[in-house]
Amino acid sequence: MLKFENVTKMYKKGVKAVNDISLSVKEGEFIVFIGPSGCGKTTTMKMINRLIEPTEGKISINGENILDKDPVKLRREIGYVIQQIGLFPHMTIEENISLVPRLLKWSEADRKNRAAELLKLVHMDPSYLKRYPHELSGGQQQRIGVLRALAAEPPLILMDEPFGALDPITRDGLQEEFKKLQKSLGKTIVFVTHDMDEAIKLADRIVILKDGAIVQVGTPDEILREPANEFVEEFIGKDRLVQAKPNVQTVEQIMNANPITITADRPIKEAIQIMKHHRVDTLLVVDDSRVLKGYIDVEIIDHTFKKSTYVGDIIKSDIFKVKRDTLVRDTIHSILKRGIKNVPIINEKDQLVGIVTRASLVDIVYDTIWGEEESLAKTI
Amino acid sequence: MQSIIEFLNENGGELLLKTWEHLYISLIAVLLGIIVAVPLGIALTRIPKMAEVIMRIVSTIQTFPSLAILAFFVPILGVGKVPAIVALFFYSVLPILRNTYTGVKDVDKSFLEAGRGMGMNSWEIIRHVEIPFAIPIIMAGIRLSTVYLIGWATLASFIGAGGLGSYIFDGLNLYLPEFIIAGAIPSMIMAVVVDQVFARIERWVTPKGMRMKQQAA
Repeated sequence: MLKFENVTKMYKKGVKAVNDISLSVKEGEFIVFIGPSGCGKTTTMKMINRLIEPTEGKISINGENILDKDPVKLRREIGYVIQQIGLFPHMTIEENISLVPRLLKWSEADRKNRAAELLKLVHMDPSYLKRYPHELSGGQQQRIGVLRALAAEPPLILMDEPFGALDPITRDGLQEEFKKLQKSLGKTIVFVTHDMDEAIKLADRIVILKDGAIVQVGTPDEILREPANEFVEEFIGKDRLVQAKPNVQTVEQIMNANPITITADRPIKEAIQIMKHHRVDTLLVVDDSRVLKGYIDVEIIDHTFKKSTYVGDIIKSDIFKVKRDTLVRDTIHSILKRGIKNVPIINEKDQLVGIVTRASLVDIVYDTIWGEEESLAKTI
Repeated sequence: MQSIIEFLNENGGELLLKTWEHLYISLIAVLLGIIVAVPLGIALTRIPKMAEVIMRIVSTIQTFPSLAILAFFVPILGVGKVPAIVALFFYSVLPILRNTYTGVKDVDKSFLEAGRGMGMNSWEIIRHVEIPFAIPIIMAGIRLSTVYLIGWATLASFIGAGGLGSYIFDGLNLYLPEFIIAGAIPSMIMAVVVDQVFARIERWVTPKGMRMKQQAA
């Protein structure tokens, strides 16, 4: 769909910001450009919508050379999301989302419908349409920034470190949400970042750049398993190479399949006995058909014991859970980043099938180190 | 007190007429100033190197004594309202130009990039991004310039443009203090009222989202 052929960008004084890049991107593919600052990743991306003009080479979209098109028209056909979010403070959320449709002279009714429809995609209340950007949190603002890029239904979207300015937890949530959205809408994405975690999580293919040239192109797994050279290895970081242990893939393979549970209609006293018996500090609460409802732990019981009698009265329902086919590395990530003790694993029907605890992580790390020693011993 | 009432009885109608003259000379000059300075200010942001030079030239014009400028236009445009308005227009340009230039130049670059990246053409960037961001600053320049002009317009009667200045000159020539006061006080009041009105307009033209943002900040 998108094709770079020997593209070079030269600035005055003969400095090559981008040097002879060739790459082709398939329809619906999520491509992440990554590299240290000054590697040319942003320049490469901005050449796609001609915010920067290539000096040599050819970039084509669906076989059409972009240099033959009017840049303004071209940009309206390509979504664009920037790091600083760039929502216009003098426009309402509705006006911000429907800006490109307005430039394309859609009717007002169409624009309004489109804005409302898009806001539903990110599960935000329609009342936000009439609000102004400064009334929203950073995470909400960038959701709107993404919607704005989607508004005129461009098949291709460029994103320049869109989640870089957000706090880690918001970023984590938004990345997941966005990846789902991208899959369901089938958009082609070119995404620039310097955060390897982000790249591994989102990309179908990662393009690693250094000094204006491509060092390696591949799926996250390929890059983790076979880094092209020392630079890539170093850029990925040792700890991630450990996580990429090939024989462990989904959480189902490492979870404990017998989590300790209780139902909401049991008295708290019984909960304490179960905890004591199994020597655990947290119980997962499920209903009769094992659908996960929430959890209780020692702390909660300690605080509310005198006031309540049943588990259902003190249950915490805002629980972080993952589907059983989730990749291990994503879960590890959440556990470490959010500082949570355990993650319940559910199936497609929200039924509890297991639990991953910090202890399960120790097993993986142990396996990896031990495994490495073994293979070392063999080579010696 | 007695003499004020007496003065108003005799000259009340004329005073109103002069006040009106004064106001419209000033406002027309400001209007011309806006028409020239705002587009020029925006254009200057596109050529930053030239901008400095042009701003310096305009600043220099501003330092010419106002009486000299008025007198300068008499041989070219004769006497009356036209040369007065032209001379005042020259004065109105600088504050508006400077504020427009600064206001537009200081628009956060990320918004310009967002606009350009979404496919706005140059005119759409001016209309949807630069003007809304700069409008409070541009309006402040217009307000400042109007208040100045109301003061300077008293000199315009020197070349036969009428206005409240003619009372002041008559009073000076004939040594009649009540005439000086009759010219000075209404023009002062006018300046204060216009300042207030423009402050309202300034608030009103500031886009709602930005007003709320300023309050929140």
